[in-house]
Amino acid sequence: MTAWQIVILASIVCVALKVAGYLIPPKAFEHPTVARIANLMTVALLAALIGVQTLGVGQAIQVDARVPAVLVAAVLYALRVPFVVVVIAAALVAAGIRMLT
Amino acid sequence: MMATQRTPEERAALRSGLAVGLATAVYGISFGALATLSGLDVWQTCFLSLVMFTGGSQFALIGVLASGGLAAGPAAITSAALLGTRNVFYSIRMAPVIGPGFWRRAAAAQLTIDESVAVSTAQTTPSAQRVGFWVTGLAIYLGWNLTTLVGALIGDLLGDVSAYGLDAAAAAAFLGLLWPRLKERQTQAVAVAAAVVAMLLTPVLVPGLPVLVAAGVALVVGGFNLFGAKGGHA
Repeated sequence: MTAWQIVILASIVCVALKVAGYLIPPKAFEHPTVARIANLMTVALLAALIGVQTLGVGQAIQVDARVPAVLVAAVLYALRVPFVVVVIAAALVAAGIRMLT
Repeated sequence: MMATQRTPEERAALRSGLAVGLATAVYGISFGALATLSGLDVWQTCFLSLVMFTGGSQFALIGVLASGGLAAGPAAITSAALLGTRNVFYSIRMAPVIGPGFWRRAAAAQLTIDESVAVSTAQTTPSAQRVGFWVTGLAIYLGWNLTTLVGALIGDLLGDVSAYGLDAAAAAAFLGLLWPRLKERQTQAVAVAAAVVAMLLTPVLVPGLPVLVAAGVALVVGGFNLFGAKGGHA
């Protein structure tokens, strides 16, 4: 697939999902189990992405400067530091460690 | 519209909508930078913010592309779609607030995201809920697209990802999206289990797939309501 095909197809699917909620009768999604799974799906995907982004290199697992950077980010989020500041701090921690090692 | 004075509730909704809108719009910088560093060009990056316009899915798409390249395209699309499913529930909740009318609903659908729904549902009167939704959604739409462009141009200039620590920034960005959802034991359990599953499968499966399989944790835990509020599990 080309990058444009991926970008356009994924965008269409995401817009369709938003539109769907305004079109379908609400009853179809009233079941609490369905709502719970949808909520947990978001959590599972984000957590898996964090893992892959922190430790993955292609198909290998590698512990490097990203790990301390993400730990710093977790501490900063716990201290209620704003998102953008945390993201920049994480980048700086990783870049700093790479410069020194 | 002109003749009626805004109620205190509507003014409160307007204020919180603008505050949340401005704060969220700034994330666009990180999205724009990370998207170009994942291999997309500036136009593709801006297309995502203009059309897809749902932060979690946008970050997921570029995250999978960054680790797996264009070959991981189907997995990237599926990740974005699965993360976008929560918007279906947001739309259902917003439909009565928005009211009838094709164009109004079409515009509302595009602006239905975490933040606009959160601000809207936090308001106490129906009119304030409407104001909260539209103000938040529009503020974020404008801001997010502007900052995406700025971030994409910055990312385009920066070049090599890892040298600048931007791969770690992407992980930190996902963590920021996850953080507010970790209040209950059930979500904490799912987060840990999904991360472990994704890690265990990374050496075995092609890039992108481990994330999708890890989403199955939500099916199992949600379907059987493990670690739920009533369960009293350890």
